[in-house]
Amino acid sequence: MKKAKGVTRSRADKAFDVMDYVLLTIAFLVVAYPLYFVLIASVSDPIAVYEGRVILYPIKPTLEGYSRIFSYESLFTGYKNTLIYTLVGTAINLVLTITAGYALSRKDLVGRNVMMMGVMITMIFSGGMIPNYLLVRSLKLYNTMWALILPGAVSTWNLIVTRTFFQQTIPDELQEAAELDGCGDTAFFLRVVLPLSSSIIAVMVLFYAVSHWNSYYNALLYLSSSSKYPLQLVLRNILIVNTLDDMVNDVATQAAQQRMGDLIKYGMIIVSSLPLLILYPFLQKYFVHGVMIGAIKG
Amino acid sequence: MTTAAIKRRRRKYRLKMVKRHWQLYLFLLPTIAYFLIFRFYPMYGLQLAFKAYRAVDGITGSKWVGLDNFRRFFAAADFENLMLNTLNVSIVTLIFTFPLPIILALLLNQLPSLKYKKVVQTTVYAPHFISTVVMVGMIFLFTSPTSGLINKLIEALGGKAIHFTALPGWFVPLYVVSEVWQSTGWGSILYLAALAGVSTELHEAALVDGANKFQRVWHIDIPGIMPTIVIMMILNAGKIMNVGFEKAYLMQTSLNIDASEIVSTYVYKRGVLKSQISLSTAVGLFESVINMILVVSVNWISRRVSDSSLF
Repeated sequence: MKKAKGVTRSRADKAFDVMDYVLLTIAFLVVAYPLYFVLIASVSDPIAVYEGRVILYPIKPTLEGYSRIFSYESLFTGYKNTLIYTLVGTAINLVLTITAGYALSRKDLVGRNVMMMGVMITMIFSGGMIPNYLLVRSLKLYNTMWALILPGAVSTWNLIVTRTFFQQTIPDELQEAAELDGCGDTAFFLRVVLPLSSSIIAVMVLFYAVSHWNSYYNALLYLSSSSKYPLQLVLRNILIVNTLDDMVNDVATQAAQQRMGDLIKYGMIIVSSLPLLILYPFLQKYFVHGVMIGAIKG
Repeated sequence: MTTAAIKRRRRKYRLKMVKRHWQLYLFLLPTIAYFLIFRFYPMYGLQLAFKAYRAVDGITGSKWVGLDNFRRFFAAADFENLMLNTLNVSIVTLIFTFPLPIILALLLNQLPSLKYKKVVQTTVYAPHFISTVVMVGMIFLFTSPTSGLINKLIEALGGKAIHFTALPGWFVPLYVVSEVWQSTGWGSILYLAALAGVSTELHEAALVDGANKFQRVWHIDIPGIMPTIVIMMILNAGKIMNVGFEKAYLMQTSLNIDASEIVSTYVYKRGVLKSQISLSTAVGLFESVINMILVVSVNWISRRVSDSSLF
């Protein structure tokens, strides 16, 4: 009797496991294949891609797409601009988020509830696109780097995540003891809190840096000169608006130009996304950590 | 002690605390300034929705016109289409992108091989790091009627190539499928965290009682992460009218515009490109208010029916 029960149980469990493996393998393939295809299409003969013969591996490998991409100057300008915006932007984000997040985590901060209320309001209501646009114009930030950095200087969500982190990791007693020893808030923050918060700093650097790297919205709204365009706007012009002229106008026929254009586009995707996709698996635990802190109700 | 005396004492204590911790306020200063300037001042700018904006008069000096801007928007020929498109995109997106991360997390959580679990996780999270521009670029490349992978597959199966990005009917499916592809993996992290907190004792007890994996997932795992599901539901409800501008705008072509023009792209075109400041502010305000009502009411409902709520 007992044995029979065990058998049925393991049979149902086995069925579950088989289904589990099958479904997750499908999920794996559905996500991985398009990425893999972009990679092999970017180094294959454009005609083979055009004819649909590139499926599992590159055909007649060529680096022509990449050589055209790397002789395209706007891409380098875009890359350089994005690097600067990401570095400066993330530095400002980090300083503001960590200091404010720490102060707001302190239970003995008078006015904390009012300030948290203000922060929460911005999560459910905002002025929206046009009032922000007018503000950026009237502050004379239009068409400057600061228009990409200041309007998003603090992300509400990241601020709350940081505050939650401090509430959980810095015990009140520690701060009280330091206070009794005559240690001021700044000294305590620099000498005790910061050394304990390397993980939240890593999480915030990654969250902010990725969003700077990938953003095009502020640049679309607030930049007018193309020499200031970040990588994503340069990419938009190539991938979506389809302005390829300079890169393909030496190719004879229109059909060949289109094929070359596709090759360049596949390569562009790789060139712009690969840094993040390669770095991310090594930093995965920080990203996941950040999402998990956010999951705990602050 | 009288209440007045208590109040006086409390005020004195608070003042003392402010004095003692003045440095903390210095910490907060830049962030408070940021919130006042870049988050709250634009809310003050929302009054333009009720004004006729003239650049020379500025926000405060422009003339009040009551609800004229709203009337103009509601009477506009594209109003109905705009609302339907926005609701259509967001509701279909929600229906598909909400349950899938939960299912993925349940499957990952029960996977016997930890190594394989890690491989799948690392892969399915990856698309989260692809920018919207690249995502839309991939959509255009894959659906190209002449060279796209998807059309090659259709042709190989004996069908005829479809010009997906030129057909209004395909806008929402493309939007949703790409959204699912990009966000399902990342969305599962939260639920995996919640599942890690489900009591192992419950699972052990269920094992003793002879429950199989299906039963344990259904009766233990899912109820265990219900609070997380409810919170995510509230957060998502607030986005129903707030379809991301970024992707929809990039996916627009002159041919699919009938289905792809949504509130936020309309605001951008009217406000930024055509400088119809007051009208577009009114449209934006209309959108924000509906969103706010949605979040607050879903939050209220979930607090009544379950114990979980966001605020």
